[in-house]
Amino acid sequence: MDQIYLDNAACTPVDLRVIAYAAPFSDGTIGNPSTLHSRGLGARAALEDAREKIKALLHAEDDKCIVFTSGATEANNLAIQGTALRNPKLGNHLVASAIEHISVLNPMKGLQKQGYTFDLIPVDAYGMVDLEALKKLVTKGTAVVSVMAANSEIGTIEPIREVSAIVHDAGAYLHVDATAAAGHIPVDVQRDGIDLCSVSSNDLTGPQGAGALYIKSGVKVQPVLVGGGQERGLRPGTENLFAIVGMGEAARLTQLEMVQEADRVRRIRDALITGMVSVKESYLTGHPALRLPNQASFRFSYIEGESIVLLMDQFGVQVSTGSACSSLTLEPSHVLLALGLKHEQVHGSMVLSLGKSNTPDQVPHVISAVTETVNRLRALSPLSNDRR
Amino acid sequence: MASVGYSKKVMEHFLNPRNVGVIEHPDGYGKVGNPVCGDVMEIFISVKDDIITDIKFRTFGCGSAIATSSMVTELAKGKNVDEAMRITRGDVANELEGLPAQKMHCSNLAADALHEAIKDYRARKAKK
Ligand code: FES
Repeated sequence: MDQIYLDNAACTPVDLRVIAYAAPFSDGTIGNPSTLHSRGLGARAALEDAREKIKALLHAEDDKCIVFTSGATEANNLAIQGTALRNPKLGNHLVASAIEHISVLNPMKGLQKQGYTFDLIPVDAYGMVDLEALKKLVTKGTAVVSVMAANSEIGTIEPIREVSAIVHDAGAYLHVDATAAAGHIPVDVQRDGIDLCSVSSNDLTGPQGAGALYIKSGVKVQPVLVGGGQERGLRPGTENLFAIVGMGEAARLTQLEMVQEADRVRRIRDALITGMVSVKESYLTGHPALRLPNQASFRFSYIEGESIVLLMDQFGVQVSTGSACSSLTLEPSHVLLALGLKHEQVHGSMVLSLGKSNTPDQVPHVISAVTETVNRLRALSPLSNDRR
Repeated sequence: MASVGYSKKVMEHFLNPRNVGVIEHPDGYGKVGNPVCGDVMEIFISVKDDIITDIKFRTFGCGSAIATSSMVTELAKGKNVDEAMRITRGDVANELEGLPAQKMHCSNLAADALHEAIKDYRARKAKK
């Protein structure tokens, strides 16, 4: 049976063109970008070429604004800890949307131990940040506000420009985690008024192990890791050249093909949504229109998500869930709870994230797999009246 | 996300759960909720001369919750109620060739639901 992979948000297959492009940098023969001899020069040129491509992806004003990291988690940590700690004059108040990634929320929580205060911006039932609440939350003492460009679990795209105006009015810095959004929708740090922006290589179909943080010219940040002077001292450690070069090329290709690819997956995604909501007591989660083109997420009453994932896998379809039972901590997804869903509603969540391997002819199989999965699990459920 | 690493036996019971459903007029009924993750499990038993002659379950929960309920009904069926009362979560997990550590609480639920159903049966019998 052909496998249908719909969990690209967890791990995206690397574009084969990217692997071919970056392959010469995988065996160590290219050298260390910090050395002075000819080998080092080649490495340095490749690194700067990759930086140029990330600059273009985010429409940054200068390639010096791009700092490579090991991934989005590190970029988020650097953005929050590095900016808050470097700018004590701004104040000691931090704000994040309630649906941020854990690698944004946890650094903020961590800073509470160092005397910072931390508030969450509520979201509406579609996952849109409440701009009125944001206005009340950000004050003169707010240092950093973090709102993601789009959420990977519910697909909702956030109104970054409006957020930026409010944050800047209060004199705070805006960090945007664009991990899920970059490469799928345009992210333009200048147009959107973003001070710090995180992206990940793998989400752009690049190799795992690289990410980047955009830091607006003039914004002062201190390193989280200390060591040598790489990446203007902001990210010490010899660069992971293979992953970074791959990330750059992946950024270039995704940007080049974004409009076309977004159009292609959006059609498949819409067909999946149409089919899925015809299943009894199934609901789309996230925003119906303002959502990532490659994302569809649902919840089904009376059943549990880990069971959904396991059964769907038996039908050759790989999906994800926000159910408590599927997480190592047995905590339900904080994103779905923030939408105002009840614990047992979050239980029935199923998240689909599309990628290059998906085609329109897969839709009927996915729909019938979901229908069969839901029927089988409901027949087992004491909460459902569907007895078979 | 679901790569919790289930044994073949767990997957087999999850995919082909035994004794699913309800008994319309049970001699005993037990329903328990999982305090850890909010799941629900119910067990129905028919008893004749203290022997569990029929048993059915319904579960709202993860793969391991479904597999453990299925297994506990298999273990209990045909047993004397006193014997069935002694079935522990350890027995259920062992019969399933082990459960991942963070899933052990699900097997608690299965054993508890069975014990509740037997207690209910005893209470009803005492009233007669
Ligand atoms: S029932 Fe929730 S983890 Fe098993």
